Amino acid sequence: MDTFEPKITAFVCNWCTYAGADLTGTSRIKYQSNVRVLRLPCTGRIDFMLLAKAFAQGADGVIVSGCHPNDCHYTSGNYHARRRWMVYRGLMDFLGIDVRRVTFSWVSAAEGARWAELVDEVTSRVRELGPYTEYQELALTGVE
Amino acid sequence: MAETRFLPQASLEPLFAALVRDGRRILAPTDRDGRAELNVVTSSGEVAWDGGPTILSAKSAAFPKVERLLSFTREGGQVALQDAEPAPAPTVLFALRPCEAGGFGALDAVFNWDTRDRFFNARMAALTVVGLSCVQADEACFCTSVGGGPGSTRGSDLLLTPEDGGFLAEIVTAKGEALAALAPELWQPAGGREKRVADLPAKFDQPALTARLKDLFENGLWAEQALRCLGCGACAFVCPTCVCFDLVEEGDARGGRRLRTWDSCAGPGFTRHASGHNPRETQGQRWRQRIYHKFATYPERFGMVGCVGCGKCTRACPVDMNLAEHLAAAAQA
Amino acid sequence: MDLKELSRELLAKGDVQAVLGFRRGTGGRRRPAFIRRPEEAANLVFDAGCAQNLAGYLTRREVRRMGRVAVAAGPDTLRAILQLLAERQLKEEEILPLALDAQGQAEALPTAQAVEAHLALQAKAMPTADRELLDRLGAMDRAGRWAFWQDQFSRCMKCYACRNSCPMCYCGHCTMDCNRPQWVPEASHALGNLEYHLVRAMHLAGRCVTCGDCGRACPVGIPVHLLTFHGEEEVRRQFGQGAGTSARLDYALGTFRPDDKETFIR
Repeated sequence: MDTFEPKITAFVCNWCTYAGADLTGTSRIKYQSNVRVLRLPCTGRIDFMLLAKAFAQGADGVIVSGCHPNDCHYTSGNYHARRRWMVYRGLMDFLGIDVRRVTFSWVSAAEGARWAELVDEVTSRVRELGPYTEYQELALTGVE
Repeated sequence: MAETRFLPQASLEPLFAALVRDGRRILAPTDRDGRAELNVVTSSGEVAWDGGPTILSAKSAAFPKVERLLSFTREGGQVALQDAEPAPAPTVLFALRPCEAGGFGALDAVFNWDTRDRFFNARMAALTVVGLSCVQADEACFCTSVGGGPGSTRGSDLLLTPEDGGFLAEIVTAKGEALAALAPELWQPAGGREKRVADLPAKFDQPALTARLKDLFENGLWAEQALRCLGCGACAFVCPTCVCFDLVEEGDARGGRRLRTWDSCAGPGFTRHASGHNPRETQGQRWRQRIYHKFATYPERFGMVGCVGCGKCTRACPVDMNLAEHLAAAAQA
Repeated sequence: MDLKELSRELLAKGDVQAVLGFRRGTGGRRRPAFIRRPEEAANLVFDAGCAQNLAGYLTRREVRRMGRVAVAAGPDTLRAILQLLAERQLKEEEILPLALDAQGQAEALPTAQAVEAHLALQAKAMPTADRELLDRLGAMDRAGRWAFWQDQFSRCMKCYACRNSCPMCYCGHCTMDCNRPQWVPEASHALGNLEYHLVRAMHLAGRCVTCGDCGRACPVGIPVHLLTFHGEEEVRRQFGQGAGTSARLDYALGTFRPDDKETFIR
């Protein structure tokens, strides 16, 4: 039987985390390859539904990452994102969505090593949690 | 065809057991947290015999709220289409009110109009309706105003009417007879018992209303009545005769499916054109359309009223749009 | 002054062109009434059955066209009016809230300030049943909550009675009605239902005045109001502001403080 390999979707901002992930590569730091990185201009642009859509499309875990507060390339995008996540995370949990599978972080363009650590930790954690079949089955439920 | 027998109270549970043994799924009114709902049951004890009308109609047994019509997959530039094959479980709708049983005819008028809808027909073929006459009505009921009645056999394969010690049982169709034949020992002769059902005077003259509607199209009463209407789909979705549906495709690069879902004429999007033009821009126009569809178009096209007077719309409406009241007002206008 | 008297007077004097209130409906129900003529004011009632939030009608084209509209307003309707003013969907001079007390006596509150002052004197307490259910859900584990909501949503048929009854859902073209792109599935299967309720709860966060109309409107008894109540409590707790308290209120999710505090971002 194959060991389960989780699919991790990462929504990251172009200016910090994406650049940071680039640095991880150029620094030749190895990390688990389960993550699929989606680049957006800014965390402020990340629609809260993107996280739900990722799960519906088969992701077992989601990472959302951007610039540290005060460092946003667009000045305040990450502040808006932070507020949004503060409400959305609570709502997801209230509905019973497994927020252990969702990780929010600030990773800067200089933090190549940190990106690797984050992805490794999230991947291992989600591997433990197993596939998120409960969510993926939703598309089949309620259709005759 | 209606042959009448008597079903003693004590025969109910064995009848349910016989249905279950025969592999039938039984859908009946139940009480769920104070809500009257149709649910799958296996014993007569689970049925809410004296419960009020169910919130939703039984139309979902033949016309589900979400139904897959086909699916498709894409691989290496090729698209493979698979038609869905409806394989409904043999089902008995037990203790269905006569108004609701009458609703299937209105659905059939559309689903077998020009194209014969495979899905609806397969589900109807697998369905047996055991109706239960009403011994009381509430303020929203008006079956007798639209050609129905608390003891009407229309749409039922077998109609039970509460009696002392059991039920009068009218076997209306061959399906009803086949159901009774599953356990012939449970039925007794009718023994001259009389059928007693609720007394519900008509609230308006429907043929007169239908005739009057020809002259009321431009009348301002529709806009007035619709002032409080929210334009939601509650009335259409609980209605046993509302049959409008939408077709949606869901999918991605790998494949997808086409679904049929319930739709409602109450919202602005129902008639909005791709150009942005909307022939029914105001709620008054949409409310008018609802009335005309059921009370003018259906009689004209199908020779039947598109409403069975069950009152579910009135009960479900968040702002108390009382259909019988509005119709009576229109008849006087 | 008695609501009927006040309404009759306002209409007779031409101060308003319509009074939006309640009248008797089917059985013991109450239904919204749109009174245009002074003599019709005699039909108005206001009692415990008049729970519906009438503010939602004030943004409708047909109602605006009537002219200046007075509205019989319990506290929730007043809160909704303030929130609609804050969101620039209403202008003070277009409406005249008639605040009602338990005895059916009405007081005209012609300015936003008057409404704010009136509301400041009233404590807003969540109905006990809702508080209990919210607490019960909070005490459940994640799997319990998932099972609860999936069971509730299985009855959802996307009739949108909840959305349409909400005074804050005034968008002429709701995202649910958009099909290019179809962001949320239209169908009322499990996924379509969850996504819809997620979207609506987020769109209401910081805007919901906890009137509970959405839950009351649901024909199949889903307590959808708990989702928006939850969002409202979160916003209040985390950002220190509540919808329906002032006619000048920034949208909580459209503003921020550099020192917003959270516990989960790594």
